Amino acid sequence: MSKEINTMNQSPDAPDRARRMILKGAAVCGVAGLGLADLPFLLQQAQAADAKGWPTEAFKQKSEADVLKALYGKSAAASDKIDVDAPEIAENGAVVPIAVSSSLPKVTAMAVLVLNNPNTLAAAYRIPEGTEAMMANRLKMGKTSKVVAVVESDGKLYTASKEVKVTVGGCGG
Amino acid sequence: MSTIRVRAVASGGKTEVQSLIQHPMDTGLVKNKSTGKPIPAHYIEVLDFEHGGKTVFTALWGPAVSKNPYVKFVFKGGKKGDDLKINWVDNLGKSDSLVTKIR
Repeated sequence: MSKEINTMNQSPDAPDRARRMILKGAAVCGVAGLGLADLPFLLQQAQAADAKGWPTEAFKQKSEADVLKALYGKSAAASDKIDVDAPEIAENGAVVPIAVSSSLPKVTAMAVLVLNNPNTLAAAYRIPEGTEAMMANRLKMGKTSKVVAVVESDGKLYTASKEVKVTVGGCGG
Repeated sequence: MSTIRVRAVASGGKTEVQSLIQHPMDTGLVKNKSTGKPIPAHYIEVLDFEHGGKTVFTALWGPAVSKNPYVKFVFKGGKKGDDLKINWVDNLGKSDSLVTKIR
């Protein structure tokens, strides 16, 4: 009996220490956003709460279709009424100027997707009534990629895209 | 000093807004070269512009937006001397805001 209690007191010690180390490691990696996909619950604990109204799920997606589904709950059709202004060759992937404008009616939202980035969605915009269907921003591109502009017009989604060649990647390292 | 720099100019019944924000926009995927430790993700998530008690533009950003982000948009209305309020919140819960006059 006493022997059994002894082993119970000793054996949990080592695994417990190991567990603490794993938790500590996961906290660091979680904040850094490194993809420990097999420890999703630990990642969630390590991250601060996202800002109100920020589409957390959409920013995690890895494909155009998944981003559109997470962000707007629908798929898109190609449109020639969207103008994507981006350089053909970006010498510095850390700062790629991209502007989107559209002549589509009743535009309520816009988004820019960089298909070859680690996460597809780069930026999304809400366009209230009275604000024009145009915006300009600067994005990071890890490598040469198709850039997709999404416009929500009268409740429907439309896209247009442009290939941007990146000579020096913008994800550091 | 505020992290927000903004220029809003009214002309022809419209206001053009250009804004630059001082922010690292760290992706979390980059390692500090001297220590080898990853630099934690730190980026603006929501940036709002308000005029006359109404939101005129909302940016929802991820870490792929460049460091010291820039954004430009145009809204109908707004005149010289009107207030334009700008507010941002990042993934660590930090925030900043600024009220500027439309020129």
